[in-house]
Amino acid sequence: MTGPLYVRRKLVNRIVTACSIGAAGLGLLFLFLVLWTLVTHGFAGLSFGVFTHNTPPPGSAGGLLNAIVGSLIMTIIGTLIGTPLGLFAGTYMAEYGKYARITSVIRFINDVLLSAPSIVVGLFVYEIMVVPMGHFSAWAGIAALSIIVIPVVLRTTEDMLSLVPGGLREAAIALGAPRWVVIAKVSYRAALSGLVTGVLLAVARISGETAPLLFTALNNQFWSTDLNAPMGSLPAIIYQFALSPYEEWQRLAWTGALLITFAVLGLNAFARLLAARQRSK
Amino acid sequence: MSASTYAARAAGPARRANWLARTDRLFHLLTLASAIAVLILLAGVIVALFDGALPAFRAFGFGFIFAEAWNPVTEKFGALAPIYGTIITSIIAMLIAVPVSIGVAIFLTEFCPIRLRRPIGVAIELLAGIPSIVYGIWGLFALAPFLQKHFQPAVIDAFDGIPLLENLFAGPPYGIGMATAGLILSIMILPFIASISRDVFETVPTVLKEAAYGIGCTTWEVVRNIVIPYTRIGVFGGVMLGLGRALGETMAVTFVIGNAHRISASLFAPGTTISATIANEFTEAVGDLYYSSLIALGLLLFVITFIVLAGARLMLMRLGGRPAV
Repeated sequence: MTGPLYVRRKLVNRIVTACSIGAAGLGLLFLFLVLWTLVTHGFAGLSFGVFTHNTPPPGSAGGLLNAIVGSLIMTIIGTLIGTPLGLFAGTYMAEYGKYARITSVIRFINDVLLSAPSIVVGLFVYEIMVVPMGHFSAWAGIAALSIIVIPVVLRTTEDMLSLVPGGLREAAIALGAPRWVVIAKVSYRAALSGLVTGVLLAVARISGETAPLLFTALNNQFWSTDLNAPMGSLPAIIYQFALSPYEEWQRLAWTGALLITFAVLGLNAFARLLAARQRSK
Repeated sequence: MSASTYAARAAGPARRANWLARTDRLFHLLTLASAIAVLILLAGVIVALFDGALPAFRAFGFGFIFAEAWNPVTEKFGALAPIYGTIITSIIAMLIAVPVSIGVAIFLTEFCPIRLRRPIGVAIELLAGIPSIVYGIWGLFALAPFLQKHFQPAVIDAFDGIPLLENLFAGPPYGIGMATAGLILSIMILPFIASISRDVFETVPTVLKEAAYGIGCTTWEVVRNIVIPYTRIGVFGGVMLGLGRALGETMAVTFVIGNAHRISASLFAPGTTISATIANEFTEAVGDLYYSSLIALGLLLFVITFIVLAGARLMLMRLGGRPAV
């Protein structure tokens, strides 16, 4: 067993092993590099003032308060609008219309929308809201974000409801419960942590989105909670500040990037944990 | 239970059953309407973009797609440079990301110690969770200066004098440019392709692999002759899904592409992509034709990504399973 062919096969196998380990190492290296850069650049500027002061004019110190509040407002309202639509549509697909043709069409369209470029959503909302209203507004930003929420929530809702055993539903129906009671009191309850996962994933996704906000909510360097006016958000402020020539602004951009990354990664990790629990039930 | 439920109960079982049935029909309709709203949404996106793009298409016709000029002053707009940039950056991204992510998937399913599989898999997937704008700022302030100092000059020197390659890697080393954008995109799509490939690799029946190992195959021979042939449609679907992401990615590219409306042979030269052009110029566009041309770009992008993503989904659907991303 030491012929040249044998030696060559073993050698090739070694090379491939090394390459695949190298590939995984490269992926981990990039993750480490991005996070490391974020921490080293962003941590320096992290202070209590970041959360208590508004974004400063160039050349003076300040914080990110208005951007953080803007992001929170738009993310929360966007999620509140998008979630019911996605949830009900997913409910239809998993409960009422499981075998209907429209279900497979919607599933296909939804999967495509799930990874469609988010900047196109921004353009769409610009066309249908900003143009008729005549000005940029937080409402337009909320609309754009809620459109991104829908496919994420729909997808997880359908998946998670499909995991609920049919026997549970049948037992409830046998007791004489109508479908909607079965769905609300049995299916939803059994799939609860899965449904929450979907919403969390959607929140994680939209809280980092920049492209759909650029020409809907625009940006605002001042404190504003008026939903009819342009509103600042963390991603939009990061975009503006990072590309500016002012050192204070760039430092705030890094701090903002640090905050948003760890918020999003934290949400992602929490959602995964919940989903894993749901699946192992 | 609400007051009306108690009222219904008091009025007798027949009315209560009637009320429950009516509510049931209402709930059914509500969920159906939500489902249909998703379809309307997609139709709405296409109609609204087409409506916005119409003036540009009227003014330039099909020439819009093939014209390189992008001149807001003379109002001459053509999509060729952004389309070129989008395709080139995506090709670079795919060339890097596909082998690396398939390598990651092979590692995770064949070589990795079982105890490390989950943590490493999750770490790779975390790459997908980092917001696009963070990749952008990292690319501009960390990656681009590094490439400018240590990588690009060496490559430019190495290929200097070799025909064709000399033009492809011509200086000066800006740091930013199409190659850098492609590299960032490859990092961003790596987790998508890797996790789908891993998922489909795991669908290979163990018996098949054991049979191959049983006749003395090495791990690589099992992967090449059993795993990859068995899963190639799924892997290809995952690759297409990654491509769809790369084509439409906006913020990260906007930071590092350089935003130059021209077609350069050199990969180190600044360029632009469809999404970067829209992100950069939309709020500053003056004049209806300028607006309309940008929306037309958005429509083109949507159509291209729709075709790619639809193809990916159809392929993955043929496998029965659905990817998680």
